[in-house]
Amino acid sequence: MTDTRHTLVALVEDKPGVLNRIASLFRRRSFNIESLAVGGSERPGFSRMTIVAIGDSAQVEQIRKQLEKLINVVKVSAITEGDMVTRELALIKVKATASTRSEIMQIVSIFRANIVDVAPSSVTVEVTGDEDKVNSLLGLLRDFGVKEVSRTGRIALTRGSNS
Amino acid sequence: MKKTGAQILCESLIKEGVEVIFGILGGSVLPIYDTFPQYPQLRHILVRHEQGAAHAADGYARAIHKAGVCIATSGPGATNLVTGIACAYMDSAPMVAITGQVARPVIGKDAFQETDITGITIPITKHNYLVTDVTELARTVKEAFHIAQTGRPGPVLIDVPRDVQQEQTEFIYPDRLDLPGYKVFSRGHPSQIKKAAALINEAEQPVIIAGRGIIISQAYDEFREFAEKAQIPVAHTLLGLSCFPGDHILDLGMMGMHGTGCANMAVQNTDLLIAIGMRFDDRATATTKEFAPNGRVIHIDIDPAEIGKNVPVDVPVVGDIKSVLTALNEEVERREHVDWLSQIEQWRCEYPSQDIRQSDELLPQYIIRQICEATQGDALMVTGVGQNQMFVARYFTFTKPDSLISAGGLGPMGFELPAAMGVKIGRPEEAVWCVAGDGGFQMTIQELATITQENIAVKIAIMNNGYLGMVRQWQELFYGRRYVDTKLWNPDFVRIAEAYEIPGVRVKRREEVIPAIQKATEHPGAFLIDFLIEPEENIYPIVPPGECLARFFEPSRTETWKQKSGVSITEF
Repeated sequence: MTDTRHTLVALVEDKPGVLNRIASLFRRRSFNIESLAVGGSERPGFSRMTIVAIGDSAQVEQIRKQLEKLINVVKVSAITEGDMVTRELALIKVKATASTRSEIMQIVSIFRANIVDVAPSSVTVEVTGDEDKVNSLLGLLRDFGVKEVSRTGRIALTRGSNS
Repeated sequence: MKKTGAQILCESLIKEGVEVIFGILGGSVLPIYDTFPQYPQLRHILVRHEQGAAHAADGYARAIHKAGVCIATSGPGATNLVTGIACAYMDSAPMVAITGQVARPVIGKDAFQETDITGITIPITKHNYLVTDVTELARTVKEAFHIAQTGRPGPVLIDVPRDVQQEQTEFIYPDRLDLPGYKVFSRGHPSQIKKAAALINEAEQPVIIAGRGIIISQAYDEFREFAEKAQIPVAHTLLGLSCFPGDHILDLGMMGMHGTGCANMAVQNTDLLIAIGMRFDDRATATTKEFAPNGRVIHIDIDPAEIGKNVPVDVPVVGDIKSVLTALNEEVERREHVDWLSQIEQWRCEYPSQDIRQSDELLPQYIIRQICEATQGDALMVTGVGQNQMFVARYFTFTKPDSLISAGGLGPMGFELPAAMGVKIGRPEEAVWCVAGDGGFQMTIQELATITQENIAVKIAIMNNGYLGMVRQWQELFYGRRYVDTKLWNPDFVRIAEAYEIPGVRVKRREEVIPAIQKATEHPGAFLIDFLIEPEENIYPIVPPGECLARFFEPSRTETWKQKSGVSITEF
């Protein structure tokens, strides 16, 4: 069995310490988290958490079942690549001079990204998309000199009307 | 009328049917203790160390199949509970641990005796709570007991700041629970039960591994019916002992690192393993790489996360053992398994692991067997951890259901004495024997005071070999007989007991064993026997680390073992 990336989406109660319980579980059972994003859900008092974990399929099934055992975790789905819509948001601060600024703006526009801050020697780019898109833009901007990057990690929902 | 948090806590405990609390007080639980006189129906057992409170609550819980309750103050009181909570968690014992916390305004300020006990106990509790609002307290207690006692049982901790204990509100005990994330799988899926039955009906060499889940579910009758109807031999995990009569023709005794040759051979040669209420602990399976190589696996357990955790499973059945076995008994056919059972009998003769070697020395195996005979197997046996535990597991014939209380998963030395107190308080009409090692006994020896203060009639048998015996055995077998720091200087335990007003005798010779046990049995109160046993007696067989169950070693098979493995035991 080979290690691959797996996406787990969890509906959790919005209570103090829930993130700590989940992080503690991953650490204790030696599961690897690549990214973890958490925010509100459609139900008041509940959050939705997207976790990208690395492991073989048996490990991921074990992670899912261990997460389900946490009292504050209502439901966990392991979603396969084809069945989900995923997005990530990144903020990228790029070095910019009078001569490079317009070239950066062109690249940003090709990626349907936005410039959200302009300073004399830099611009900050906001990009939304799947990880590949964010990685491609980041790759192109590296030529100009990337000063800082902040990425949210993946958030995901299943496609279609399934929940 | 408004009540204080402390009163609400006590009244909630009473609503949950709590009768006994094990604890020791301190600054942050003073308001709770101050209300105890208002509730005489709550019996408080004053222990001498919080670890004792947790182990006693654990023993009590295992004895009565309801949550045991322990209480400690903030900071060191709470951290001293940790070993006992972790033990209950590993062995799925229901427990509600209540800790005082510093007052809310100083939480997070590193106040005197402040510890983040909810943070510390996340990995060793089924769930835990920090109650920051007195109006949440009653609901929290109700949830805690529900979570601790249902599904796969386990410990739940409630941390209550001192000012919450003093704050007042109306006492309303909720009659409904709102736990959207808590799932209990009580009944096995019918199609999975059918699949399991089909495998069982076609198996030629099936073996059952019986775990503590059968005892937790109190499914002795259903389990016996199952094993007898399908004529399947029963190997036990350590904590599965006493779920099935040890003198039954189908009983193989304990499997695992110190299991019987017969049980280990049966497991390794089976074509179908039926694992019931167990979790494939490494001490039971030895290396999983070569575990039961030709056996398909049916795993019946209430915890879905146990399925496939350590060993791949062909047919999982998730549900309460009693309900699953009841359904399964309808589906399985009567079988004979004549060839397989005669093979088992052959192994039983070939590897007579139950025999006690001839010796003039005082052997622990002999003592355990004498306790078994003197009590006619009717005693509740509480053990420590190490050689003494293995001697009980192997040489006591468990014929009475639910009669072994032992710390299997965590393995905390010092469990025996406080746990035995809890067992005796939970089942006062039954004889309770506490079998201790001389090392472990000194880890919780202070509870002798509790035993005297509360008049708890436990019989204490110390297997005194002057060593940390199990570790010494490993040093002998795997570390070239270098006994580094395992030799113990010991006090005179009989005089220690005397100082605690507990009578006792010291036994040095074989012929003194039976009279001493007799004396202990006849004495109405607590009694201590210090057995000075053969210092370097080992527990055999042993499966060396990294080996599979079939490659167990015992002195009588040394030559065979060398032939098979090509190495001598001391080369590990």
